[in-house]
Amino acid sequence: MITWPILSVVTFLPVIGALVIYLNRGEDEAARRNSRWIALWTTLVTFAISLILVWRFDPSSADFQFVEKTSWLATGITYHMGVDGISLPFVILTTALMPFCIIASWRSVTSRVREYMMAFLLLETLLVGTFSALDLVLFYLFFEGGLIPMFLIIGIWGGPRRVYASFKFFLYTLLGSVLMLLAIMALYWNAGTTDIPTLMHTAVPRGLQTWAWLAFFASFAVKMPMWPVHTWLPDAHVEAPTAGSVVLAAILLKLGGYGFLRFSLPMFPLASHDFAPLIFSLSVIAIIYTSLVALMQDDIKKLIAYSSVAHMGFVTMGIFAGTMQGVAGGVFQMVSHGIVSGALFLCVGIVYDRMHTREIAAYGGLVNRMPLYALVFMVFTMANVGLPGTSGFVGEFMTLLGTYKVSLPTAVIATLGVILSAAYALWLYRKVVFGALTKPSLASIKDLTFRECLTLFPLVALTILFGVYPKPVLDMSAASVQQLVNNYNTAVTAVKAAALLQ
Amino acid sequence: MSFQSAGYPLLPVLPELVLAVGAMLLLMLGAYRGQGTTRLITTLAVVLLAVTGVLVLSLPAGKHVTFGGSFIVDDFARFLKVLALIGSAATLILSSEFLSDPSRRIFEFSILVLLSTLGMMVLISAGDLIMLYLGLELMSLALYVVAASNRDNAKSTEAGLKYFVLGALSSGMLLYGASLIYGFTGTVAFTGIAAAAKTGDVGVVFGIVFLLAGLCFKVSAVPFHMWTPDVYEGAPTPVTAFFASAPKVAALAVFTRVTLTAFPGIVPQWQQIVVFVSIASMALGSFAAIGQKNIKRLMAYSSIGHMGFALVGLASGTVEGAQGVLIYIAIYVAMTLGSFAIILAMKRNGQAVENISDFAGLSRTNPLLAFFFAMLLFSLAGIPPLAGFFAKWYVFVAAIKAGLFTLAVIGVLTSVVGAFYYLSIIKVMYFDEPLPKLDPMRVELRTVLAVAGLFNIFFFVYPGPLVSVATAAAKSLF
Repeated sequence: MITWPILSVVTFLPVIGALVIYLNRGEDEAARRNSRWIALWTTLVTFAISLILVWRFDPSSADFQFVEKTSWLATGITYHMGVDGISLPFVILTTALMPFCIIASWRSVTSRVREYMMAFLLLETLLVGTFSALDLVLFYLFFEGGLIPMFLIIGIWGGPRRVYASFKFFLYTLLGSVLMLLAIMALYWNAGTTDIPTLMHTAVPRGLQTWAWLAFFASFAVKMPMWPVHTWLPDAHVEAPTAGSVVLAAILLKLGGYGFLRFSLPMFPLASHDFAPLIFSLSVIAIIYTSLVALMQDDIKKLIAYSSVAHMGFVTMGIFAGTMQGVAGGVFQMVSHGIVSGALFLCVGIVYDRMHTREIAAYGGLVNRMPLYALVFMVFTMANVGLPGTSGFVGEFMTLLGTYKVSLPTAVIATLGVILSAAYALWLYRKVVFGALTKPSLASIKDLTFRECLTLFPLVALTILFGVYPKPVLDMSAASVQQLVNNYNTAVTAVKAAALLQ
Repeated sequence: MSFQSAGYPLLPVLPELVLAVGAMLLLMLGAYRGQGTTRLITTLAVVLLAVTGVLVLSLPAGKHVTFGGSFIVDDFARFLKVLALIGSAATLILSSEFLSDPSRRIFEFSILVLLSTLGMMVLISAGDLIMLYLGLELMSLALYVVAASNRDNAKSTEAGLKYFVLGALSSGMLLYGASLIYGFTGTVAFTGIAAAAKTGDVGVVFGIVFLLAGLCFKVSAVPFHMWTPDVYEGAPTPVTAFFASAPKVAALAVFTRVTLTAFPGIVPQWQQIVVFVSIASMALGSFAAIGQKNIKRLMAYSSIGHMGFALVGLASGTVEGAQGVLIYIAIYVAMTLGSFAIILAMKRNGQAVENISDFAGLSRTNPLLAFFFAMLLFSLAGIPPLAGFFAKWYVFVAAIKAGLFTLAVIGVLTSVVGAFYYLSIIKVMYFDEPLPKLDPMRVELRTVLAVAGLFNIFFFVYPGPLVSVATAAAKSLF
């Protein structure tokens, strides 16, 4: 049916775009404009092609689709690509948000535009590749490779403490990942292959499960990020340029959750079951503690960064509940958070471009001069709080529902966290947008330009659409999630039954 | 099947003979025609190395043994010889500027490199302890002289002397170990030792300790690494590039061959030594490099660390481990040669600069050079999808299979520490404010850099050939 390797095209098209930008030499304004347009068109075409994936995707099947397989490194380590209902939403999320990142950097990035656009396109390739790789080594290649462009994006175009933030980001993530690499090797010798579909159906001995789970956890917990290894995130967010923050919050953070769904749960079900209380505790701490920390911030970006950690707490909680609602909610929450947090960082970027500060105290009363901005910002704030009718509600509600069945205390404490998230989000909104416009520096601030509307309105539409009609995303992932949950429960019950017999 | 029966006992050593005779002829040429021939001799030396490489590859396939078992040509030897020849040839290409300086013009440099390479080839093919020592000394004597080849420079002379004194000490240890092994097993041939040393006899173990100490000195593994930073810094940069590439190949080759073919029956006895040396090298290489300001010193610590990583493969004592060592050293040579091409290009107003801070803002003054260097550094740090990642993959995958989990965990953790100092150089190049432009890069440096850099970046696209050749080479040892 498929005559061309559509997934590889989606993955590697941005690299072609980066090459074209590289060939388009020059340092003058014309060259910069060309780079921007090439980058924008590349990401748009990539997005358009990725929509073909959605079009041809069969949501009733839990199998991997658009599968491509060629020999690569050795027997058992192949170039194997494919998507299922769990990875496809993230592929689309990536390709859909990239054009926004390019547009958001249109005016705000003025130095080394060519390199900037190339770094973003390269990053897109690596991210799409991470979500569609069906071989552990290939996955690791894309997963770790993403560090290189992100390191450069933070370090070159970032704020005053960019060096510190970029190093912290890189080394923290690398430290987590190298342990996963060793676990990948152990799995390779256990099954003789690193093919993910094969590994999903290979029984892993109990002892190896525990160690491998911990090693994968080290990597994904940092990436997620979970408390207490989240400290790189606020630094990276604050220092990164706007588009860098958007990618970081919207897509890079999802790698951790995706990893849990793709590897930890299906490959190590018993260890996942054993460690679920640990995950619940860490998630609850993340939700409560980082929400409290967020209340104390005086930098807008930092506040949103901490709120991301709290929201990711809902995701991990839902995933490891191992129930249909929990896992589906986790997937949905990640997609929703991708849209909402990405949009929030875009909103911060808009006022930052005008005022060159992110201090909450420097703002106030923006509604008087920027009514449109106030409206848009409100929608995303409400979605961040989890107000019914926005996409944020659906994800949080489903994860809580899924967890409720498994662990009542976790669900109860996590629900309290929702109140805290309302507290800091509304507090931020009041400080920045409401009140009288008294600060002289804000007297001439302008409302959204056409370009900014172009980036924000589609996200507003999606936030509300998925809030009232979440079916498209849920349907897409339903079959795969169902299979994942079934396999997980079968494995866990089998062991419990065996334990009872003895 | 051996070739003595076919009546060509010298056929397996044909490449070495050609190299030796060629080196003598070039020496004659230089001696009779004077220093004016430096450039010609360098060119001819590269051609000679290429011819030798072709001869190595065109020997009939399979394992050939000659000189009564003391000289072995197998897939393992072929692989590493070609690698050593590439390393030496690339070094000669890199040193053409150094040699063309009229105040220096020393045609002997190329000939010493050739003789040293001859020693490496003998070392790689050594089938007994005598041949091993012969090759090692031929290689090292030439190296002592080239280290001091910048005669009027105190640092260079110091480097040569230091290397000589410590090298002599290590040779002594190696000989002492060899004599102990001979005394307890009654033979110097690796096959004979393997047959005799079935149990962990204390005398043999003592012998192994001293033998490996001598070899550790040559691969600059901790605790016999002390000479490396000083010699790397003091020696002229092309010589440093040479030290970091070809001799490492040969030393690691003989390390692998001795441990795996002479002592396969007592793996646990030498495994613990290799594990210790490997961990110590990785740790020291990572931590000590952090404080370095001079790029050559930093490369010295980096090479110590990389030898530690290569030894991780050896520590497993399996076919996979040997394969890992071979892939590691091949990729390491490519990364090192590329990096040194850049270090050699670091000249401002005709003056060589060697501090890391001199790279400041290179990404703006020379974006392509900075890009290649950044990719080489990421690769040295082992970040995928660059070649350095695959090098680490193969050694660690072998260690995991052999159950050396502690070694593997410590190894990957030190690689994260190591990533820090590689990142610091990238930071200087990409994040800092630019200094005045570097001088334009010479064409031969560009060539070496382009080949090494592109290999490093695109290795992941088609890793098959190197991996399968390395597998065949590793299998020939077992």
